[in-house]
Formats: sequence, C-alpha cells, structure tokens
Amino acid sequence: MQETKSVETEKSKGFDFKKFVGKMGPLLALIVLVILVTVLSPGFIQPNNLLNLLRQVSINAVIAFGMTFVILTGGIDLSVGSILALTGAVTATLLTTGISPIIALLAGIALGSLLGFVNGLLIAYGKAAPFIATLATMTIFRGATYVFTNGNPITGAKMNDSFMFQFMGRGYLLGIPFPIFIMAVVYLVLYLLLHKTTFGRKTYALGGNENAAFIAGVKTKMVTIWIYTISGLMAAIAGIILTSRLSSAQPDAGTSYEMDAIAAVVLGGTSLAGGKGRIFGTLIGALIIGTLNNGMNLLGISSFYQQIVKGIVIIIAVLLDRKSNDK
Amino acid sequence: MKIEMKNISKAFGKNKVLEGVNFAVESGEVHALMGENGAGKSTLMNILTGLYGDDGGDILVDGQPTSYSGPLDAEQHGISFIHQEMNNFLEMSVVDNMFLNKEIKNKFGMINEDKMRKQAREYLSKLGADIDVDKPIGTLSVGRQQLIEIAKSIMTDAKIIIMDEPTAALTENEIDQLFAVVNDLKKQGVGFIYISHRMEEIFKIADKVTVMRDGISVNEYMTKDVDMKQLVRDMVGREIGDFYPDRDPHFGKTILSVKNLTEKGIFENVSFDVHEGEILAFSGLMGAGRTEIMRAIFGIDHYDSGEIYLDGKKVKIKDPESAIKHRIGFLTENRKDEGLILADSLRDNIALPSINGFVKHGLIDDKSVDDFANMLMKRLTVKAMSEQVTAGSLSGGNQQKVVLAKWVGSGSRVLILDEPTRGVDVGAKREIYDLMNELTDRNVAIIMISSDLPEVLGMSDKIAVVYEGKISGIVDTNGATQESVMTLATGGTDNARN
Repeated sequence: MQETKSVETEKSKGFDFKKFVGKMGPLLALIVLVILVTVLSPGFIQPNNLLNLLRQVSINAVIAFGMTFVILTGGIDLSVGSILALTGAVTATLLTTGISPIIALLAGIALGSLLGFVNGLLIAYGKAAPFIATLATMTIFRGATYVFTNGNPITGAKMNDSFMFQFMGRGYLLGIPFPIFIMAVVYLVLYLLLHKTTFGRKTYALGGNENAAFIAGVKTKMVTIWIYTISGLMAAIAGIILTSRLSSAQPDAGTSYEMDAIAAVVLGGTSLAGGKGRIFGTLIGALIIGTLNNGMNLLGISSFYQQIVKGIVIIIAVLLDRKSNDK
Repeated sequence: MKIEMKNISKAFGKNKVLEGVNFAVESGEVHALMGENGAGKSTLMNILTGLYGDDGGDILVDGQPTSYSGPLDAEQHGISFIHQEMNNFLEMSVVDNMFLNKEIKNKFGMINEDKMRKQAREYLSKLGADIDVDKPIGTLSVGRQQLIEIAKSIMTDAKIIIMDEPTAALTENEIDQLFAVVNDLKKQGVGFIYISHRMEEIFKIADKVTVMRDGISVNEYMTKDVDMKQLVRDMVGREIGDFYPDRDPHFGKTILSVKNLTEKGIFENVSFDVHEGEILAFSGLMGAGRTEIMRAIFGIDHYDSGEIYLDGKKVKIKDPESAIKHRIGFLTENRKDEGLILADSLRDNIALPSINGFVKHGLIDDKSVDDFANMLMKRLTVKAMSEQVTAGSLSGGNQQKVVLAKWVGSGSRVLILDEPTRGVDVGAKREIYDLMNELTDRNVAIIMISSDLPEVLGMSDKIAVVYEGKISGIVDTNGATQESVMTLATGGTDNARN
C-alpha cells in the first residue's frame, strides 16, 4: 500500500503524460477528429456548418448534461427520450389551445421535472435499480405519449403563431441559432451546480461511496431525487427545442436519445461506476458525436454506416479509458 | 522446509522499498514479522511468493536457490499466503469457496459435490472447526472465515503459511481458537510467518520475531529474549515513551445521556452518560451490539424505544445530518466502506460533513475549503503530498487520520470512535491517542469502541461493557483489569469463554 503510494509520489513530480492524456483525452480526440473531417471535407470548417453542427448538438448536449449528474451517482436514466416526447406533446397541445406560450413552456418544464421526480422516488425510496426503474418509466412515458397524442403528430396554426415558441428552436440571436444559447446557459448553470455548490460535492460523494456520504451527513435520498428531477427537466428543455424546431410534436420523438446522451457522458470520461467525471467532458463528448454525425453527412456516408462508426468510436473510447485507468 | 531470504532488495522505479533484507523461517516455528505500514513486510512476502521479482539477493529453499513464478506456483510448492482481506465470494457456500479453481470432477467432467463436501468437512474438523459447509461463507464470522482459509492452506499441503494480520477482526475467543490451531499445526511441522501489529499476540504465539523499518530488517530476536519496548523502539526508530500516553482527565458536565435505548433483538435498555472531557470505552465481544448501539444514536439505524439527551435536552436524531448538526461525529469501524470516499481528494473528504458552512453567495468558497483541509491535515499530521491527492492513495494510518480530521473539522463535541486504531501502525496509533487526549482537554467527549483490551485500559476513563446487547456493567478504568472486563464481556462467568 505504502510502497505503491511512494511510487506515485515519485512520478507525479515530473510531467505525468498518462494523467494528462486521461484528463485531456476527450478534448484531444475531438481536435484530431475535427482536423480529420476538415481535411476530408473542407466545407466542415465553414462558420455556417459549425453553427449548424452546434445547433444539432444542443439537444443531445442538454440531455447529456443532466445525464452526467445521474451517471456520476452510479445511476442511469433511460427515460429521457420518452420524457422529451411527452413534455413536447403536452407543450404543443397547450400551445394549440392558444394559451400563453410562457405558461405552455413552464408547464412542459414542470412536467419533465415531475416525471424525473417520479424516477427519483422509485430509485431513492423504492430502492429500484436505476436501470430497471427508468427502463419501466421509459415505456410508460412513451405509452402515455401515444395515448395522449393518439399516435398523431401535434401541430397547428396557433402553435406556430407564437413568436416566442418559434424562437426556441429556430430563432437567431446575433446571427447565432438560439438553441446554442440555451445549451450554453444550461451548461453554465449545471457547471456551477456540479463544481461550485454543495449539491455538486454531494453528488460526487454519493457516487463515490453512498454509505460514507450518508454517514458524513449527506441526505442521499434527497440528492438522488433531485438528480433525476434535473435529468427530467433537461429532457423537457430538449423537448421544447425539438418541438419548436420541427414546429410539431412527434409521438416518437426522442426515441433512443438516451443512448446518444449516455454515449456523450461516457465519451467525456465519466465513469459509469459513479464518482468520477466532469461536465466539461460531457460537452466534449456531445461535440464528438455531433462532429461524427455532421462529418459523415458531409462525406455522404449512409446513415446505416454512421451507426456502426459511432458504436466503434464508443468502444475505442472505453478501451482507451480502461487502459489509462489500469496505469 | 526451510526458507532463507538473504540480502533482498527491491525498488519500484527510483523508490527503494527493500534494501538488504534478511529473513528466515522453517517448519515447526512461528516467526513474526513486525513493522509499521510501509516498512516493506508485504513487499517481502510478495517477493517470496513470486508476485514481484527481486532486484537483488537470494531466496534459498532448503538450501537451493529458488524463485517462484507467482503465488500459484508458490502454493504448489507448499507456501501459502493468507491475506488480510480474504476475498471470499460471500454468496457462495463454504465448500464452493474452498474448492474454487480446484473443483473435484467426476469422469464426465461434472463437479463432484459430495466428495468436495466430505473433504471440506475433514479438513475443517482437523482444525476443530464445526462449520456447516453448505452455508454461504458471508454468513460466517470473520474468525470462522479465517479458519476456513487455514483449512484451504492445509488442503494444498502447505509447509509454510503466511498470515497477514489474521486477528485484525477477530474476537478474543476466536483469537484463542486460532492460536490453538496454529500451535497444533506447528507441532505437525507447519511453519508460520505471522504479520501483526499487535504486540500482545506476538508474545503469545511467536517463537521468533523480525522487525522491519523503512525497507530494512532491523533485528531478529527469540521472542523470549525481547520485550515490547525494544520492539517498539526498533519499529519506529526512536523512543516512543510508554505505549499509551498519560491521561489527565477533567470532567465537565454531562453532554450525552442515553436512556433505555432498545432495538428488539439487537440491543436492549442501553443507558449511559458521557461527560465533557471523558473517554468512555465500549468493550465487549464482537457482535455484542456495540456498533449497532452507536449507529442508532448517530441516526444511521432505527431504534424502537428509548431517549437521547444532549446537554440535558431530549433530542431526536433522525439521520446522520441531524447528528452532525448536534455536533456528534462518528468514525466508523470500516473506513473504506463507510469512512472515506476513496476516489475523492483528501480535501473533499475532510470538508464533506462541514461543507454547508463554506457557502458564499450560493457557491462553495474553494479557497476556504483548501485552507480548512490544510489546517486539519497539519493538526492531525496527515502525511500526503497535498490536499488534492485521493484518499485511496494513503496508507491505513493516514486514512484514519483523514477520517478523524473530518469529525474534528465538523466541530464534534461528542466523538464516537469505532475501533479507531484497527489496521493502524504503531506510530500513527500513538498520534491518534495523543489527539484523543488533546480533544478531551478541549472538553470533547469521546466514546471509544475497542476490541483491544490493553487499548481500552490504557486510554479510557470509564468502561461500559456490552454483553449480548445489554450493558453488563460500567466500571472505572482505574481498578479494572483485562480479566474483570472480559468477565463482564462474557456474561459474568469464565466458562462462557470456552
């Protein structure tokens, strides 16, 4: 024990290349990827394409930011795609009634939080395994969306009358698509929450060792519930962006979005075992996935192959991560 | 079988961990290996069993230069290593654990359970251990699991058995049983390398003792020719004074008062008071309910009835958070499972119970947290590169100091210490005792659960003895003896010990 410790001490005096790669690996991977795509398809680096890419990334990134908290506690939230669909449908329906768009948006966000809260209750007090609990609610919320929409897309003149609602997904501010601002604000808020507040400290503690956290005075159940609530809230925000972007709410919207969000978190270096990771990594992870999608589209690679490539990239990332963790 | 390790050296990178170590053991003797954490004991044993190569020196087995390719090879040649953490598969039965990777198969390649069971029973009964081999091993006490480990070693026909801190989690009773088995096997020609921190045991069980310090073997003695003071001096390289510091207690008013605390089937009618500046020891056999009582007081576990008073006022402690608000701290007996977040930095570990006090405008004031952690690490002499290293990278003694730092930092007025020096080396032990004295000088009340009787007698002012969930007596430490405490701990009759 002591022996190995002294070895590490010795090492960390100099520049620790492995540690550096471990920390900066995702960012390096993104840079390499950007260079590669730019070489293959120079149009990639055009400002318009980059803004377009960021807008495409924003939905997944917002969900993945919430997912980061969940995964940091050692949990998982499979229900985010269904929450996105249900909140989008409810928001859109409210808008078609001509209700104030502010109320409609707040209602969507409140509903997303509530659905996340239910996940949290099941996991904290029902002691259900997160995977199973959210697998179940994923189906329930998806089913509820179909029931609520009757399986039809929701759209309507009144919905598209609202400038404010339209702006969420399609607006531009200073020439930059508005969803990018939403993503940036969400990132900033959650970054502060995770790294600068006691809630963030407690999230890491809970993920690192639930028993020790509890004995050190962390209300582990409350923290768990809040974290799933945040995840639901993020899914609702993403749902609003998507619904606005499409000018309609699709009952099958957000299908398999949980996978992209989990992939972004894992690519960003957050440990699925909990306790280790950073939200900056998730941002990079989401950008890697976005760059892959965008780049492959530019190169005219079929979406069938795109899926295979994405999967392979995730496997490589995980294998590299294992290696750097194993010393 | 005779093993001689001569002039063994080993370095990890630039870091020399062993330099010219000599050590020898032969069949039919118990040779204790002592030294603080980090002295190089485990490295030496890992070189012997082939886990590490050496950088210099010779290993002679019966006079022949030998090197094993790994623990399995060593085991096949009669050297068996029983690690402190036994790594059993807790859900699997005793017999399945004993025969893991050595399953007996019938001619169709299927596992022959009957034969395995029969052999398992045979080996266990050789050790006088009456154990149901079909039970999941996790349902057995650590002491029983230890015996099963020894049975495994004999199964592989071990000539030399290495035991690393075998008694760390054993009750007095179980230790007696273990020693009987060791003595018995010794007579049958088995040799033991016995790694331990516990002085009393060395004198009970070992024929020879070798002390290591900072990667060298300091001295080898016949146990009968050496005393405890000399061994301590060799281990720490300096005079450490008496093993336990003098206590000069001044009691203030009653802080914590527990009345008739009961959780059915676990503990019953537990009542005691603890005063400012007092160290109240909780003694008793493992499983008597000491830890459970403290967990209930701290709000971790439920209790059925009874009252808890702080400063004379009745309080309801519903979870650890409210215990901390009432300025109670709890160093649990298992620092890795309950005391530390190993992947987190020392800073984050130390600040966790107090973290709500560091918020400025809704955000954590990182600078103050750094200063806070640094101040506590200095005060508790935590040896680490910085407050940013992970808790998992520290040695046992330093980890324990980090847990203590948490609770000192959170401003505990009542500090519950559950086995505070378990798995901690001599130097750090002394530092922990000194800190306990310093805290009681500042009117902190300490409740210390300890299975180490000399520690209980050396460090406490009063001793509450728990037997089968009830307090069988609270006695003044002055005038108490190991025998009188043990009598209370076993229900008042000496027969209960055997």
